[in-house]
Amino acid sequence: MAFTSSLDTAPSLRGVEGRAISSRGSYLRTLRTVAPVLPFLIYVIIGLGIPTYIIATLAFQTRSGQLTMHNIKVITSGGQYLLGFETSLKLAFVTALIPGVVGTVIAYAIAQSNHELFKRIVAAASGVLANFGGVNLAFMFVASLGPAGIATEWLARVNLNPYNHGWTLYKFTGVALVYMYFQVPLMVLVITPALNGLREQWREAAANLGASKWQYWRHVGLPVLTPPVLGSMFLLFGSGFSAYATTEALTGGTIALTPIQIGSILQGNVISGQENVGYALGLGMIVILLLSVVGYALLQRRTSRWLRP
Amino acid sequence: MTQAEIGDFFLTDALAPAHSAPPRASTRVRRRPRWGRGAILLIVALYFIVPIYAALDFSLQNIQGQFSFSPLTQITAQPGFASAVGLSFRLSIVTLVIEMLLMVPTVIYVHLRLPRFRRVMEVITILPIVIPPIVLILGVLQAARPYQWISSSPYLLAAVYVVLAMPFVYRSLDSGLGALDLKILVEASRSLGAGWIATMWRVLIPNLRSALLSASVLTLALVFGEFTMAQLDLWTTVPVWIYNSSSTNPHVVTAVAMMFLIAMWLVLTIIVSLDRTHRRAKG
Repeated sequence: MAFTSSLDTAPSLRGVEGRAISSRGSYLRTLRTVAPVLPFLIYVIIGLGIPTYIIATLAFQTRSGQLTMHNIKVITSGGQYLLGFETSLKLAFVTALIPGVVGTVIAYAIAQSNHELFKRIVAAASGVLANFGGVNLAFMFVASLGPAGIATEWLARVNLNPYNHGWTLYKFTGVALVYMYFQVPLMVLVITPALNGLREQWREAAANLGASKWQYWRHVGLPVLTPPVLGSMFLLFGSGFSAYATTEALTGGTIALTPIQIGSILQGNVISGQENVGYALGLGMIVILLLSVVGYALLQRRTSRWLRP
Repeated sequence: MTQAEIGDFFLTDALAPAHSAPPRASTRVRRRPRWGRGAILLIVALYFIVPIYAALDFSLQNIQGQFSFSPLTQITAQPGFASAVGLSFRLSIVTLVIEMLLMVPTVIYVHLRLPRFRRVMEVITILPIVIPPIVLILGVLQAARPYQWISSSPYLLAAVYVVLAMPFVYRSLDSGLGALDLKILVEASRSLGAGWIATMWRVLIPNLRSALLSASVLTLALVFGEFTMAQLDLWTTVPVWIYNSSSTNPHVVTAVAMMFLIAMWLVLTIIVSLDRTHRRAKG
């Protein structure tokens, strides 16, 4: 933003601050400039920083406050908590990969479409559905693919009742299917700007140079799109990894996912001596999510080179 | 809607001016329809439409499973529903007020005077995504425990929702401000003798109307849909009520869930089209 930086030197806006600078030290000047941002910073420190700090410290403490590695050992040495991480990671991976590909294809189909109304409907729908996780979503799927759901009934009529073939909505594949309901629209939302950045001139230039459609995609389209697609998948991974409400409402907490286990510990279902294991689980989630956000940010930076509007 | 987790703030991307309706579509020559693409879109459309249809169908049945509007008329009579809506409503107002008082002046100031701080804001406002609600509430409950006045109050939730809403409120305001010629507006207003408060209230806020509107609606949607934290802090907000009463009358509960979905859809569509007409009017 060129105008914001030139503003600092604009004489008409100097005012009181300008005089303060000349009479006092630079320390005070910095303080004055930063002061209006302080309420925000303080709020973030109290609302986000302190709770995170507490989680990180309690993960290494016993109930009585002594330092220990016990909690970390409990979650990393096998058993239900390690299984929880494993299942959560698998779920996050599957619901990042499939919706990542499907979402990109849909977003591309939409970006290429000429129907303005169709585009607008899909954009609004993606916005709504990407935010439509949780309890309501769980009910929608129970009503359609639950044991007595409508779609189950339709499938049963053609002898394909999934419940006769060992499938159930309340296990891994069922939960994954439900997650995709908000993951695909989320992918459409995040990848659309990148697809709009694929310029028509590139295709024309490639065609003028004699490239086939396949060659265009192989040498231009895919190399440009790979970083944003992967970056968005990292984001989907984070979304799938941390989702709690949908699974809790769908399965009542019977599936072993890390968020579900944390919730269960918070509600008091914990073996004595392991009260602080919940904090270790929380810390583990933060570390994994931090990695995925860093991946997203790095790939996003690579992307921004190409995608200037 | 409880995918407050990550989902919400990208909605602002969909509503943000920069990403909507690429102009090249109109210059493109219409192509013949392609069956492969059609088949994929059909399967995806079915996946998205069938659950909505099923839930609507289910919510318009009486206990015997026959078509009936009775679940809709029973909604308000459900025990606990009114108080859940009341609580969610109060929480959303408190969240919205704190959020706007905190974010609007800060983001405007950063745009005007501290452009270098924008990077810091970007990093800070992505943090609520790194720390998922289920983990954040774990730390918040522990942190608030010594302070009875806040730990026993439902407004503790509102205070945390402010943090959860930050990512998309910041993005919405940031892109809204980026589209304005902020320097000219402020200089004009200041040289006409307006103070900072008058400049903010009478010049900047009216210009940020659509950004503020979408940020507000998303905040409301977040508060009305958030389940994780409310459940673990033991407050019966609307989603917690839906969860708790699903076994007593599933038809009515599904009707409530679908009403919220439709309401959100309507409001967002209205906002997107308001935003569009507003910009068209500006030229």
